[in-house]
Amino acid sequence: MTAYLLRRLLLMLPVAFLVTVGVFLLIHLSPGDPALIILGEDRSPQAIAQIHQELGLDKPLYVQYVIWLDHIAQGDWGRSITTHQPVAIAITERLPATFELGITALVWSLLVAIPLGTIAAVRRGSVADQLASGVTVAGVSIPNFFIGIVLIFVLSVSLRLFPFGGYVPFFQDPLESLHHVALPAIALGTAGAAINMRFTRSSMIEVLSHDYIRTAWAKGASWRRVVFVHALKNALIPVVTIVGLQIGGIIEGAVVTETVFTWPGVGRLAVESIFNRDYTVVQGIVLVAAFSYMSANLLVDLVYAWLDPRISYA
Amino acid sequence: MRARVAMLELVRTHRKVAAAALLVAFLFLIAILSPVISPHDPIAVNADNSYLPPLSPGHVLGTDELGRDLLSRVLWGSRVSLPVAFVAVAVGLFAGGFIGLVSGYAGGIADLLLMRLVDALLAFPGLILAIAVVAALGPGLRNAMIAVGIVAIPVYARLVRAVVLQLKQLDFVMATRSLGATPLRLILRHLIPNMLNPIIVQVSLSAGFAILAEATLSFLGLGAQLPTPDWGQMINSGASFLTNDPWLAIVPGMAISITVYSFNLLGDSLRDALDPRLRS
Repeated sequence: MTAYLLRRLLLMLPVAFLVTVGVFLLIHLSPGDPALIILGEDRSPQAIAQIHQELGLDKPLYVQYVIWLDHIAQGDWGRSITTHQPVAIAITERLPATFELGITALVWSLLVAIPLGTIAAVRRGSVADQLASGVTVAGVSIPNFFIGIVLIFVLSVSLRLFPFGGYVPFFQDPLESLHHVALPAIALGTAGAAINMRFTRSSMIEVLSHDYIRTAWAKGASWRRVVFVHALKNALIPVVTIVGLQIGGIIEGAVVTETVFTWPGVGRLAVESIFNRDYTVVQGIVLVAAFSYMSANLLVDLVYAWLDPRISYA
Repeated sequence: MRARVAMLELVRTHRKVAAAALLVAFLFLIAILSPVISPHDPIAVNADNSYLPPLSPGHVLGTDELGRDLLSRVLWGSRVSLPVAFVAVAVGLFAGGFIGLVSGYAGGIADLLLMRLVDALLAFPGLILAIAVVAALGPGLRNAMIAVGIVAIPVYARLVRAVVLQLKQLDFVMATRSLGATPLRLILRHLIPNMLNPIIVQVSLSAGFAILAEATLSFLGLGAQLPTPDWGQMINSGASFLTNDPWLAIVPGMAISITVYSFNLLGDSLRDALDPRLRS
């Protein structure tokens, strides 16, 4: 396991290097001069040259990359071009709201997916199974921003059951927080629920065909015991994999949902920054998103190896 | 020719594939015929007719805030979404397929380097990568297509590489090579025709993803720009009038969902029909 961990970390190094190069180049090769955005109306050649010097834009590209990487490693992610706030602070200030939304969406997706996926697997081929399979394809086909808009229209505007937008931190008022996060979490988690349901179903079907399950049936165990005690635990191993990746991809999903619900998280910050051409913030968010995704990938592989001892990484 | 016959046979024998293929063909037909079947000009502004509800005389799905006919805009919207899917999938397929072919066939250092590049692309969550590319290139439909295509590259690179590695071990490939076939001939005549099944499945699924991703970018204001009748952008502007005129957002939302559902259904049913492990 230790050797596998080391090998995975070593393999991650070149990928991490390429990711940083990609993020750096994406923004530095894009059209438009950041100095012009910072200066606004005062665009004298002297002022532009001064900004270039301050930002290091007058140096060769590879030197700029090394300086940028050095700063990133030291926690200096630069300052927002529009608000002048340090990028690292701008992102960390918004992360709790995004995290709260992402985790609630994940919990919602699992609450729906595991029971429905299990029922579909146990009653394979039945109407319930066919229905679940149709719902699965629909779940990944409906855009989450559309789900969000329909939820706002039905549950917020028409029935006034839920508030529209407005973030309340969980530790400030848990009940009020859940009331506010419910709609965005349902919108964000529906696609995840569909994917998790598909994984639970297929994994459960496979586990239910194993000999030890047949033995449990033969011993006269109740179906509840067979399904929930013997089968479900093992069937959830592949689901753990996909859930880990979904945690890593929280920022990705949040981009759209936060925009629909005006949720004050990192996703909305990303969209606002793109429109303001605030490249330093965009760069920071893309970097955080990529590294959380990579770390989640690594963690999932390790958890998978730990959960299923049959897996050999020799 | 042989592949086309096999595909027709597949559609004939699998009802689910046939239904999904029919649905996708119908959507393409709508996109082709929309200039003929649209009752009105999709960008013609008529302030006197604004906010007409569905089933109004002359406007089956009503009109938007500028009095533009919603049915015509939704029909024309298919002419944006479907070509976007086509171009994005083509970018992903050709660039990713090429990387996968070279990586799988050449092996060694080329494989190692190319796969690290693919790993780096996979390290970005899909939508974040698309947004980053559009942020760099600037908002617009063309850049959105490129961005969604770039997101699809690693998927095809991994898929094609895996199939090439598998095929390379088979007797007929070794026999062809020992008979003196050039690498180009081997790839074009023997490898590519034998990897069509998984690629066809992936193309259907990628098309669904591409339409969804383009709609998302347009919804965020990073894809198609006004006055192009684009579904994502129509939902965005319709969301402002949700209290009194919800259909402005709901109708284009249904159009996206049905289109993506059709492609996903086709991909899923093709996978079930073509994968021998799933046939039982």
